[in-house]
Amino acid sequence: MAWLNAVVQGVLLGGLYALFAAGLSLMFGVMRFVNIAHGDFIVVAAYMILGFVVTLGWNPALGVMATVLLLGAAGYLNQRFILNRVLGKDILPPILVTFGMSIIIQNGLLQLFSADSRKLPAGGLETASFDVVQGVAVGLLPFLMFLTAIAVIGLLQFVFYRTALGRLLRATADDPEIVPLMGGNTAHIFAVATMLASLVVGVAGIWLAMKTNFDPAAGPSRLLFAFEAVIIGGLGNIWGTLIGGIVLGVAQTLGAQIDAGYQILAGHLAFLAVLVFRPTGLMPRLAR
Amino acid sequence: MTKLLETVALEAFYGDFQALFGIDFAIDPGETVAIIGANGAGKSTFLRAITGLRPTAGQRVSFDGVPIAGMPPDRIHSLGIAMVPEGRRLFPSLSVEENLLIGAAGGRKGPWSLQRVYALFPDLVAKRRNPGTALSGGQQQMVAIGRALMSNPRLVLCDEISLGLAPKVIKDIYRALPVIRAEGAAIVVVEQDVGQALAAADRVVCFMEGRVSLAGTPASLSRDAIAAAYFGIEEAA
Repeated sequence: MAWLNAVVQGVLLGGLYALFAAGLSLMFGVMRFVNIAHGDFIVVAAYMILGFVVTLGWNPALGVMATVLLLGAAGYLNQRFILNRVLGKDILPPILVTFGMSIIIQNGLLQLFSADSRKLPAGGLETASFDVVQGVAVGLLPFLMFLTAIAVIGLLQFVFYRTALGRLLRATADDPEIVPLMGGNTAHIFAVATMLASLVVGVAGIWLAMKTNFDPAAGPSRLLFAFEAVIIGGLGNIWGTLIGGIVLGVAQTLGAQIDAGYQILAGHLAFLAVLVFRPTGLMPRLAR
Repeated sequence: MTKLLETVALEAFYGDFQALFGIDFAIDPGETVAIIGANGAGKSTFLRAITGLRPTAGQRVSFDGVPIAGMPPDRIHSLGIAMVPEGRRLFPSLSVEENLLIGAAGGRKGPWSLQRVYALFPDLVAKRRNPGTALSGGQQQMVAIGRALMSNPRLVLCDEISLGLAPKVIKDIYRALPVIRAEGAAIVVVEQDVGQALAAADRVVCFMEGRVSLAGTPASLSRDAIAAAYFGIEEAA
């Protein structure tokens, strides 16, 4: 029963990893852009919600709205006025620029909030739980987190495949040179893609803040989990990202079941196994 | 009357390589002009310069009296210039219908709609849910033309629309041009098939090595003159 419990907890943890990964996957899918500062933006969102709700004492709903919308706006502006300048055939400049942003953000947060690790109190949510079967209790917080991940990914799927904006984003992913000949402004489309990704980053940061302790240096390891979830699931497949997150989460909780020290290692091993045996990921992008 | 499109001494470069050497070109509203010439004569470059894909900043290109040189391609498109790019360039992850709808993303009003495009190319109706790239070459070309029409352009630029297609299919494609003209759009077709160009166009312009080597109505041009302008045989020919 302990093992079953570990699997269930792992699946729920996978929801958080899918939230980490969705934005990364979206930006890579639309513009082949690898954002090294992705994890740091998640941590920024975590500090934001902490600041709004705890320091300023705002209503949590207002804090959530403000965090998500501010992240989205920042994402749009960042892409439109900074990141678009390094977008091109060469994949190295975006990596260097976002690596620089990562360092700036970590040191900025350290300056502002000190190195103490923080956590957002979630009221009664943290301790509330319900039994799925005898001996397998599911915490309300991880359960809601998992539902959020499904909702976010379902929403992204809807936007991409059922709306005019999604059509334009997919067309841009296919052939950015031709899109302007159809009247599309690629600088704006790229910025909108990053805005969507950043909205998800905001949501991910809020759950991170409630789920675990975080500190200014927490970003890179979130980025690593996000990368692993994207690769395990298959690049460019949005539901694959959820599967990738779940595989990573389950591997980690099973590892922890053997020995608490194996938690992170088990996740990396699962990732390596996928790279070795199925390098295109579990759910590769459909053939063109 | 204001020319619909006019270029004066248009030049274009790829790095140090000069592709166009002073092209003077004009087209009236509703006119169909064919640009012929050998590979590398600069025909496609000329179209790309008009659409803004090749930089033209500081030069003289005007569309309906508005200077458009140096404008970004999406703004030029919004004024009413649509392109059917060489090689069709359909979006592989979009269905046929989505490819057509992308053409209408600019929101220009006019006679063309999904229904009208399907009426023009009935073959596409049954394939509307298929990925654009799952179609035959001729059908893909129809999608590419339909996609351009969906923006309700006043000028349609067609780059090598018969390339690699069977003669029967080429006939089907060219049958669409009079319908497009009837809706008031001017058309520029870049064409390697001289016979096809002479049959379809009001006026023919021949490019050679980045310059206009011959221009005139199909009736006024002798086969010899065209051959000379096309291949660069002695001027006297």
